[in-house]
Amino acid sequence: MSDTTTGRREPTLPDGWELVCGLEVHVELSTATKLFCGCPNEFGAEPNTNVCPTCLGLPGSLPVMNGAAVTSAMRLGRALDCRVQPSVMARKNYFYPDMPKDFQTSQYDQPTNEDGHLDLPDGTTIRVERAHIEEDTGKSTHVGGDGRITSAEYSLIDYNRAGVPLLEIVSHPDIRTAEEAKAYVAELRGIVLALDVSDARMEEGSMRVDANVSVRPVGSDELRTRCEIKNINSLSSLGRAIVHEANRHVDLWTTGERPLQETRHWDEEAGRTRSGRSKEDAEDYRYFPEPDLTPLQPSEVDLEAVDASIPELPAQTRARLADVAGVTPPEVGLIVDRGQASFALDAIDSGADAGRVLVHLTNNLADGVGEMSSSAFAGLVAMEVGGELSSTQTKEVLADMVATGRDAPVVAAEKGFEAMDTSELEGLLDGLIADHPGEWERFSTGDEGDAKKMAGFFTGQIMKATRGQADGKVVAQLLNSRK
Amino acid sequence: MSDSPAAPAAFGTAVEIASAVKAGERSALGVLEEHLGRIGAHESSVHAFNAVIEDEARSRAMEIDDAIASGAEVGALAGVPVAIKDNMCTRGVPTTCSSRILDGWKPPYDATVVTRLREAGAIVVGKTNLDEFAMGSSTENSAFGPTHNPWDLTRVPGGSSGGSAAAVAAGFSPISLGSDTGGSIRQPASLCGVVGVKPTYGAVSRYGLIAFGSSLDQIGPFTTDVHDAAVIMDTIGGHDPLDSTSATDGHGSLESVLSDGVDGLRVGLITEMTGGAIDGIAPDVLARVRAAAEALAAAGATVGEVSVPSSVYGLSAYYMVAPAEASSNLARFDGVRYGLRVDGSNTAAMHTATRTEGFGDEVKRRIMLGTYALSAGYRDAYYGSAQKVRTLIIEDFDRAYADFDVLLSPASPTTAFEMGAKTADPLAMYLNDVCTIPSNLSGQPAMSVPFGTGDDGLPIGVQVLAPLMGEPVMFRVAAALEAAQRLEDGESR
Repeated sequence: MSDTTTGRREPTLPDGWELVCGLEVHVELSTATKLFCGCPNEFGAEPNTNVCPTCLGLPGSLPVMNGAAVTSAMRLGRALDCRVQPSVMARKNYFYPDMPKDFQTSQYDQPTNEDGHLDLPDGTTIRVERAHIEEDTGKSTHVGGDGRITSAEYSLIDYNRAGVPLLEIVSHPDIRTAEEAKAYVAELRGIVLALDVSDARMEEGSMRVDANVSVRPVGSDELRTRCEIKNINSLSSLGRAIVHEANRHVDLWTTGERPLQETRHWDEEAGRTRSGRSKEDAEDYRYFPEPDLTPLQPSEVDLEAVDASIPELPAQTRARLADVAGVTPPEVGLIVDRGQASFALDAIDSGADAGRVLVHLTNNLADGVGEMSSSAFAGLVAMEVGGELSSTQTKEVLADMVATGRDAPVVAAEKGFEAMDTSELEGLLDGLIADHPGEWERFSTGDEGDAKKMAGFFTGQIMKATRGQADGKVVAQLLNSRK
Repeated sequence: MSDSPAAPAAFGTAVEIASAVKAGERSALGVLEEHLGRIGAHESSVHAFNAVIEDEARSRAMEIDDAIASGAEVGALAGVPVAIKDNMCTRGVPTTCSSRILDGWKPPYDATVVTRLREAGAIVVGKTNLDEFAMGSSTENSAFGPTHNPWDLTRVPGGSSGGSAAAVAAGFSPISLGSDTGGSIRQPASLCGVVGVKPTYGAVSRYGLIAFGSSLDQIGPFTTDVHDAAVIMDTIGGHDPLDSTSATDGHGSLESVLSDGVDGLRVGLITEMTGGAIDGIAPDVLARVRAAAEALAAAGATVGEVSVPSSVYGLSAYYMVAPAEASSNLARFDGVRYGLRVDGSNTAAMHTATRTEGFGDEVKRRIMLGTYALSAGYRDAYYGSAQKVRTLIIEDFDRAYADFDVLLSPASPTTAFEMGAKTADPLAMYLNDVCTIPSNLSGQPAMSVPFGTGDDGLPIGVQVLAPLMGEPVMFRVAAALEAAQRLEDGESR
C-alpha cells in the first residue's frame, strides 16, 4: 500500500516530504492468570504479591502455556484477517533488571498470526505484518535523581506484571499521517474491546504504542532511517509525537544531516522526543526456539471455534448503523467507538428518527446513556420530532432520563413542558412588532446582515418571554412568514 | 584398594531397606544413622556432598517410623536415604549448582522428583557435589572443591554428577539422583561402578532442575543394582503438568519387566563406538563391551553390529546446542534477585562484576561459546547446523532401531582417570562424553551398567541404548547383564 497520493500526506510536514510510519502496539490480554503460571493477572495489586517461582524466573522453574491467552491471540489474529498458523515460542535474550529470566519468552520467525490488515474508517488499508504472543516484564521505579535509571539512587522492581500475556501487533510502515496513526490505534482498540480480549487502556498501560517514524520525499518509495518512539501514553500524544519526530527528520535531511537509528522517548511536557538507547547499545537478541515449551499447533477444530467466536467488529457495526441511519460510516464512528451502536440501532428500531438519534448520541450523550432505555429514548425523540418539545426542552428532559431512567412524557409533564401552540407565539410576535417597529423594518427590508441581526433580536425576545420554551425552528418559520 | 571407601549398598539396596523398614525389622532412623556414620567416617576423603542435612533427615526418619508404628501406609521407598545432586531444588535447603553465584539461595520449592521421592518415603540426606552448573566430566569444576572416586581417591569420579555417583559407590546412600545433559549420569556411573540411567527426554519431570541445556537435560537415578534403578524410575517418572516437555504417555512399570529375560532380543554393537570411527576408546573398555555382547548372546539374544554414522558429529553438535541454551539459561544469575551480588557503579557494571566473580572458568567458557553460536550472522552456521546434525542422528538411530531392539557401546572411553589429568585441556575433557552425547541429542534413553573392571582394576560400565520410551527393553537387557556379571564374579572367586 505505498500510497503516495497527495490526499494522504501529513499536512504539518513541509511540502515535498511525506511521513512513513509503522506502529507496534502491545495489548495486555485480560486472561484470569498469567501466560506461563497460575498467578492472577490483575492490575494494581500490592507489589510482588502475584508472583511464583515461574514468573519470578527462579532457578529450576518452567513455563506452562496458558491456553486462554493463545485463544485470545488467535481471535485477534482472525479479526485482523491474519493467517493464523502453527507457531513456536522463542527466547529474546537481553539483560534488564525487571525481566526475571534476562530473556523474554516471545515469538520470532514463527508467530501465531501473520499477514493481516486493518481498514481505517475512511477506507485506508494498513497492512499488519504480524501479531505475536509474548510475556510482559516487571515494572521498575527509579528512586532519586531525575527518575530515570541513569541518575537514580536505587530502583524498586514490582514483578506482578512479569509474565502477563501480551499480544504485539506490528503494522507495516503504511501510515502516512498522524491522524491515520491515531485512527489505526482507535480502530484496533475498538476491535480488541469488541473481542473482549483486553481492557486496552493506554493510561494504565494495558495498551502501549511504539511508533516507528521516518520521512521521505514525496514520490519516492524508499525507506529511510527510522526512529522508534516510546513512552506514548495517549492518542493525542501519539499524534504530537509523530508530527514532532517527522519534522525533526525533515530538518535533519534538509540540513544535510541524517537521523540516527535509535529508540527515542516522547517527553510530553517538553513536547519533543529525546534520545534513548544509543546505537552503540544496539542489541543482538540471539533468538532461538524456547526449549521449555512445545510448538503451538491449533487444530482445525480449534480454528473453527475461534472463527465462530468472532463477534461483529466495529467496521461491520459502523456499516450496519450507517445503513440504517442513511449516513456514511465515518459519521457514526464516534458512536460505535463509544459502544453505543446497539443502543442507537435499538432506538431506531423502536421507531425513533435516525437523524435525531445520531445527533443526540454524538453531542449530548458522550458520557453514556446512564439509566435510559433505548425505547424511552425513542419516545423522547418522537416527542421532539412531533413538536411537543423544543430542542432545548428535549435536552433538559434527556439529562433527567439519563440520570433517573424515567419515561419522557413523565419528565416533560413534571417540568411543565407543554407544546406551545403557534397562535400563542403569533400573539407574542404581534406585540413585539408593535413595540419595536424600527427593528422590524430593518428585519423586513434591510440587507442580509441586518436581517440576520434582527432575526436574532426577535428570537431572543420571544425566548425571553417564554423562558426558553419556544421551539427555535418554529420561531424562525414564524418570523419569515410575517416578513 | 582394600582400604578404599568404596562400599556400594553398604547397608543394603533401597529395595531391601524399604522392605525391612516396612516389615518393622529395621527402623528408618537406624538405617539413616548407619549411613550418616559412613558419611562421618569417609566424607572428608571423598567429598561427595555440598551439604549433609542430618537434622532434617533425622526428623523425617522419625516421622516414617511413627507412621509405620501407627500402621499408616508408607511408600515404596520408606526409610531409604537418598542423595540429591545439588542442581535440583530442595525447599529451604541451599541449592548451589556448586557455584558461588547461588551463594545463600534457598529455593522456596521442591523439584518434582524430590517431591515424588519424599512422597514415596525416601529421606533426603544431602545435596551432592557437581561440576559447576553440570558443566564438566570430572566434578573438578566445583566452587567447593573436587569429589574423589571412592574406588581410588587419586582418581576422578566422573561428572558432572560425580558427587551423586560417589555417594552411592561409597555407601553414603543406597540411591541418588543425578542429571544428564551429555553423559553426566552414565559416565560417572561407569567410573564409580554403579548403575546410572538417562531416561527418555520427557519421561521424568525437569521442574526444579536448574537448567543447563534445556532440550538435553534429564534427571535419572544412580543405584547399586538394576532393580533399585527400576523402582526409582517408577517413582520419579510420569507426566508432570508443571513441565510442558514431560510426556503424557509414559513407558509403564519397569520393575515388572526385570525378569522378562532377553531371549530373542536383537542387540546391536554401535560400530563407531566399538573400534570404528571414534578414537580413544581404551582396549580394556572395548573388551568388556564385547564380553557384554557375548553374555547377552548366551542369554538368548542375537547380536550384530550396526552403524550410526552421524554419531561421530555428536560431540561437535552438542558443543553448539548445549552452550547456546546454557548462555540463555544462566542469564538470570545477574545479582538482581538472589544469590551473589557484587556492587558496581550502575546496573550493567553490577551484572558484570557479579558474573565475573560468581562463575568459574568452564561456565564462562560455555556462556561465551553459546553466546557466539547464537549471534546474528552466526546462528544459522553454528546453532542451525547443530540442530540439523541432531536430526541426522535421530534418523540414524531410527534406522538402527529398525533392525535392533537395543544398542550397546561403552559408557565412558576409559576407566577413572587421575585427578588433574584433563583439567588443563577442555577438549580432552569433552571427549569423555563422546559415547553418551548422541542419546541426549536424540532424546532416547540410555544407561550404564557395571560390567567388570579394567586393567587397572577400576570399574567399567557398558552403555545400553534404546529407542524413545524403550526403557522396558533397556532394563531387561540391563538386568541380564547384571546377572551375567554376578555369575562371572561368582566364578572368579
